Amino acid sequence: MSYHPNEIARRARQATWILGGVFLVLVGAFFRTQVVQNRVYTLQSEENRLREVPLPAPRGIIYDRHNQVIAENVPGYSVSILSPSADSLRASLQRLSMIIQLSPEQIDLSVRRYRRAPNRPTVVLPDASFDVVSVLEERRIEFPGLIIQSAPKRYYPDGAAVASFVGYVGEITEAELSSSKYQGYKAGQVVGKGGLERQYEDRLRGREGVRFVEVDARGRVVREAGARQDLRPEAADPLYTNIDLDLQRSVATLFGDSLQGGAIAIDPQSGGVLALYSAPSYDPNRFIGGISSELWKQLNNDPRRPLFNKVTQGRYPPGSTWKLATATVALEQGLVALDDHMPIPCTGGYQFGNRYFHCWDKKGHGSVSLQRAIEVSCDVYFYQLGLKVGLSRLVAGGIALGARDRSGIDLPDEARPIFPTADVEDYYDRRYGKRNWSQAVVLNLAIGQGENDQTVANMGRFYTALATDGTAATPEIVRRRPERARIFQLSQEQLEHVRAALAGVVSRGTASSAQIQGVVLAGKTGTAQNAQDLLHNHAWFVGFAPARDPQIVVAVMLEFGGHGDRAARIASKIIARYLKAVPTQLINTDG
Amino acid sequence: MRRVVAGYPLVITALLLSLYGVAMVYSAGQTDVPTVAAHAWIAQLRWLAFGLVGAYIVSRGSVRFYEWVALPAYVISCIVLLFTWKFGGGAGDAASSHSWLVIGGHRLGQPTELAKVTTVLMLARELAARREAPRSLLELWRPAVVILIPWLLIMAQPDLGSAMVFIGIFFAMLYWSGVPFPLLVLLASPAVSLILAFSTSLWGAWFIALLLLVLWYKPYMLEGVGLVTANVIMGVLAPITWDRLSEYQKHRLLVFLDPTIDPRRSGWHVIQSQVAIGSGGWLGKGYLAGTQKRLAFLPEQHTDFIFAVVGEELGFIGVTLALALFFYLLLRAVRVASSANDAFSTLAAFGIASCWLVHIIVNVGMTLNLMPITGIPLPFFSYGGSFMVSCWIAVGILVRIASEGRGARIGDVAV
Repeated sequence: MSYHPNEIARRARQATWILGGVFLVLVGAFFRTQVVQNRVYTLQSEENRLREVPLPAPRGIIYDRHNQVIAENVPGYSVSILSPSADSLRASLQRLSMIIQLSPEQIDLSVRRYRRAPNRPTVVLPDASFDVVSVLEERRIEFPGLIIQSAPKRYYPDGAAVASFVGYVGEITEAELSSSKYQGYKAGQVVGKGGLERQYEDRLRGREGVRFVEVDARGRVVREAGARQDLRPEAADPLYTNIDLDLQRSVATLFGDSLQGGAIAIDPQSGGVLALYSAPSYDPNRFIGGISSELWKQLNNDPRRPLFNKVTQGRYPPGSTWKLATATVALEQGLVALDDHMPIPCTGGYQFGNRYFHCWDKKGHGSVSLQRAIEVSCDVYFYQLGLKVGLSRLVAGGIALGARDRSGIDLPDEARPIFPTADVEDYYDRRYGKRNWSQAVVLNLAIGQGENDQTVANMGRFYTALATDGTAATPEIVRRRPERARIFQLSQEQLEHVRAALAGVVSRGTASSAQIQGVVLAGKTGTAQNAQDLLHNHAWFVGFAPARDPQIVVAVMLEFGGHGDRAARIASKIIARYLKAVPTQLINTDG
Repeated sequence: MRRVVAGYPLVITALLLSLYGVAMVYSAGQTDVPTVAAHAWIAQLRWLAFGLVGAYIVSRGSVRFYEWVALPAYVISCIVLLFTWKFGGGAGDAASSHSWLVIGGHRLGQPTELAKVTTVLMLARELAARREAPRSLLELWRPAVVILIPWLLIMAQPDLGSAMVFIGIFFAMLYWSGVPFPLLVLLASPAVSLILAFSTSLWGAWFIALLLLVLWYKPYMLEGVGLVTANVIMGVLAPITWDRLSEYQKHRLLVFLDPTIDPRRSGWHVIQSQVAIGSGGWLGKGYLAGTQKRLAFLPEQHTDFIFAVVGEELGFIGVTLALALFFYLLLRAVRVASSANDAFSTLAAFGIASCWLVHIIVNVGMTLNLMPITGIPLPFFSYGGSFMVSCWIAVGILVRIASEGRGARIGDVAV
């Protein structure tokens, strides 16, 4: 063939060009990958090797008014696992279940958690005991990707005594994750589920930190620290409340295990909530780290509804405690004075049209003044007073008092009270049909029955206005700037007379069993019929003390609790405890 | 004692590449969870020593001797390949293949690597025997047979990568022997048809181009008709051949076209290799500090994907340095070929250079997903005894050819 040197040289030149071209292409390709696309690949390489382990932030501590701890954080441990795939996670958990207690449900739950956030460590045990942790630490080498870390754990030293307002915390649910309120939250994080924990979630959550661990291609943790600078978690600022923890505890004790209902104690001057309790309560500590399904079922199926807040969510006919609203509206309109008598004396009942309306006391009260009518809670007097005011003015006055408004307390899911709307005629037409109702409704409304269901919190709010100058204070658990709103216009003198009448209720009226030595207690009992159970009335007492210079307003409601004086005795003990006075158990009248 | 100096730049370049390679094999062994590669660098050093001794010995022989020994060496290679195919074993990822010569349970080496050298020599001898450049493809039947025997045995292992190397060597050496370029295209055309047949329009375009080439170049009538027919047959055969490929081969070809179709398994290698190289940037993450390698994201980091370690740890600069060394090595090899004294020498030298070039293109291209993953080593870099030794023997042959060639100064020629 042609191996003439010239031929060879020509081909060598061609070969050199081809070589040059090939290497230029290769260098160009590396330049493109390494220099031009460097950012993309660097990111991918970092994502390959680093896993973010969240460092939960301690939630804000919740204090009472004397800086006693209501909710705090105690050291706990969480166990989570980093996995390259759901299958590998399941396999690891199966092996884990041989050395620690792990139910199939827990395994399924963990796999679901994994699917939501595969790159975050999957929480297996949010709250592991020290025993479990030490067993796992010993055999850690068998479980690559296992992450055991201390996690601050919520603790409520007073447990059930504070659950009614503090609520509890738990792992964020899928529904919550997809709602806009929880934007920025990640699966596995702990959020407030009720009470203050939920109401003040933004202030309590703190800022989660991140620890970077380095993993290899099989997802095994290779390096625990130093892979990249950790981001420290930031604890939230504490939350200072108006709660008086000692008072709160004694309220819980007073309700005990048998009573069912709710109580709220408010400082009438500031609106600060001193105590709030719904009975029966539950232990919020049982929710930490995931509540067992048995306990959850038990709480939800309990007919006494421990998870239902009877102070802010329960709506009950206010009964005779509402008579003060009727009286206030009438006084404000100038339709009556405190010593005015009604045309028809009480003989145990009142004939209106073709219906006979009973007074609670069948013996009758005779002819009484408004003051005495309040003291003895005479229904017949208030039937006539209601008729005198008239339906529309009575309803309009009630609305002005806040009968259709929430109290505004800083707790989630407060129920809106039930009360007729301002267009009363239309309201009743809608409710019963045109001309299917009579003016008799005004008789029921005047004594706190009928279309009137109030929350305990809202009744407390109304009485803060009676205890002060006609301005109602919004109940506030967390210390904020007090909010007041004028709900009626009565003169100072009128108010003093009303308060004197309320003091009479306790000193010589329906709540005489609730007297306190050395303290003038003012308040009103209520014995409210309820539609569900006509045999068992709800017992109410709303009052304040001392009558001349009220320091505390208390509203107590006992579900199916019988006569109002039972509620009054509890209220008096609460007040006595707060004012450091001694309640006197005098005669147990059934008046 | 006469000194051998004509091959100095070549030897030094090859030595630099080998040491660079050993350093990278050492780094490849430094992983968080120790792998088989942990001590590979020691073995690699030993193989380098063997290779240097081998190269020295070979450089002392005469080219005439190699021309004479080419035939028996080639025959022995083919017999060993046959033996390997029958009784050989696999290794690593390709455990089911038969590329290792195994005797009594001991893996002795990969005969394919040595066969590349002997086949180059045999092909050089065959082509050198001809006096005129062929004008007909039929005249090429003898060199074709020389390449076909080892090629078939290697395809049977199966080792797609090395088979590609043999094809590359064949065409490069034909080119160097003076076969006109259009004839090479015509020779390759059936294979091109086979590949393009998957897209009807591409194949159609190729077919028209081929017809024009045939009309312009005017090969022998019979040959022209035969080629066109072969192209048609290949176009038809392609889908059938596709069905006959084993699953992993199909998969590798498909993943080559789109690595993301299987990011966890087949595509994993390519994706992780690209991530390793791309994250290296200008200067790399530092020697021994590549995270992709260290954390086992990079597969076969001391053999097939050694260049990805270079890219990750030493960055674009390290890659360019390695490529520049390779470029210079090949330039020197071409220089040896162009200054050789006789047909056998020049063909052998060019054959060796082309063998290295195909290795470099396929291996380096694979780390960037420019080439399908075929698992052939990078000369002087990848861990592996057979290839290291055979590369150095090739260096020895080049040195010998250089020292007998025109470029060697009088007095420099080895005795």
